[in-house]
Amino acid sequence: MKCWNPTCECMSRDEMSSLQSERLINTVKRVYYNVPFYRNKMQQAGLVPEDIKTVEDLKKLPFTYKQDLRDNYPYGLFATPMSEIVRIHASSGTTGKQTVVGYTRKDIATWSEVMARTLAAAGATKDSFIQVAYGYGLFTGGLGVHYGAERVGASVIPISGGNTSRQIQIMKDFGTNILACTPSYALFLAETLDEMGIDKNELKLRAGVFGAEPWSDNMRKEIENKLGILALDIYGLSEVIGPGVAYECEEQHGMHIPEDHFIPEIINPKTGEVMPPGEKGELVFTTVTKEGLPLIRYRTRDISALTYGTCGCGRTLVKMERVSGRTDDMLIIRGVNVFPSQIESVLLEIGETAPHYLLIVDRIGTLDTLEVQVEMSDKLFSDEVKKLELLEKKIKDKIESTLGVSAKIRLVEPKTIARSEGKAQRVIDKRKL
Amino acid sequence: MLVKQISVFLENKSGRLAEVTDILGKQDIDISALSIADTTDFGILRLIVNKPEQAEEELKKEGFTVSCTDVIAISVVDEPGGLAEALKTLESVSVGIEYMYAFVGKSTSEALVILRVEQPEKAAEALDKNNIRVLPAERIYKL
Repeated sequence: MKCWNPTCECMSRDEMSSLQSERLINTVKRVYYNVPFYRNKMQQAGLVPEDIKTVEDLKKLPFTYKQDLRDNYPYGLFATPMSEIVRIHASSGTTGKQTVVGYTRKDIATWSEVMARTLAAAGATKDSFIQVAYGYGLFTGGLGVHYGAERVGASVIPISGGNTSRQIQIMKDFGTNILACTPSYALFLAETLDEMGIDKNELKLRAGVFGAEPWSDNMRKEIENKLGILALDIYGLSEVIGPGVAYECEEQHGMHIPEDHFIPEIINPKTGEVMPPGEKGELVFTTVTKEGLPLIRYRTRDISALTYGTCGCGRTLVKMERVSGRTDDMLIIRGVNVFPSQIESVLLEIGETAPHYLLIVDRIGTLDTLEVQVEMSDKLFSDEVKKLELLEKKIKDKIESTLGVSAKIRLVEPKTIARSEGKAQRVIDKRKL
Repeated sequence: MLVKQISVFLENKSGRLAEVTDILGKQDIDISALSIADTTDFGILRLIVNKPEQAEEELKKEGFTVSCTDVIAISVVDEPGGLAEALKTLESVSVGIEYMYAFVGKSTSEALVILRVEQPEKAAEALDKNNIRVLPAERIYKL
């Protein structure tokens, strides 16, 4: 697959550092003079813009939290007059008041650029047909991918989310090559394809860019097999820009971050200290080209790790590991940290299970309980009770040995766990703490 | 000689059994025998019906998990020791029984039993040799 922008995607570390330093210095000046929030924070830390001389000085700056965006709702952290803002998006607000982000014309161009890099890494060219099944609207997924696809020059099919059988019909009739949606929806599309009796070879689908929720390598394999495609992980969050903050190449071994625009750091979420390359911790971003809503050391709450060096694809951009969980959706069950994605991996390792599952956490007396509901499938089913009980035991043992928590396994009828066309709901926490 | 049995996965929720029988009834599928194995959370409904392929298809269409297995139907004399004779035969050829259930036939002098065994072909042959009546599928489906 060709690099969309080899100059930026393959530059040397020295060149990248000096570009980042120059852009960081400008960004810090801009927020200090234009955004009271940042000015106050820097003053409290005893900093003036001149203290930031190179990218090495980044760690001196204070963090920005999602709560800061909420406290300054809706436009308080914008660094340009509203007359310069040409687009407004907002996060879904599932964990509180929604956060609002604004883009200038140049920000939209930056976004299109990083999304063009993302799609080119999946093989997109001007001859491609790209089906955008992310939702369009305040959510950044749909329009973000859309603008990148237009920048590449591909034919964009802006179908948005939902209406699954129509998605498949259009995929078949319009000759879609690249699909963009959430991984759980990709899997749902694959299942529906089966039900509609359409063979994957009747489609021209070659690749998919899937993101907006955590998924596992096993789930990737299942999507790749069922749809006959290359499935790539993409990463983004509206606060930083939307989709396009990191993207996998055909190596499928980490996601490249366009660090000429977004500088990543991994920190210890408890101490705030910067971790060395390769270590796991919370991902933090500083945007260095954004005008509308520049962010300084924004805490994503996503857990990842960074790897530097030249990738097999030729890109020199730093790679982030697949997000292994969030510091805030991490469940603590009887004192053990549990990420839903770990349970998903276990279920897929057992092999025959389709990854539709639901975790129900409750507290009986003082004891946390974890119930894992797993949907029955034709492959798992047996007419013998002992075989099904053995299956439950197998799942239970595997969860216990991998995660260190015991769980009650409950086999449920197929299609009884709600499917979502956006982010899948994997956890119901009934505990009242 | 083997009879097709339909097994359906059911969660222990009220109304599920009614739903299955309703689907079959609407398709004019007649149930000859049934048995339920249950645990605290789920049950397995086993059915012998007159149109097993169609029953499997209809239930799958409605979203149920269904499988089809070969079982043996035998008729034993309705008197003390009648069943023991058949079971001894299976033991003599080392065929293990996974499960079994009895059901009502049309005759008063015989008892009908469905046997789910590891090697149905071998079991049916051994039973036949020992003069235990193994009933043909067509007869069971018509009950």
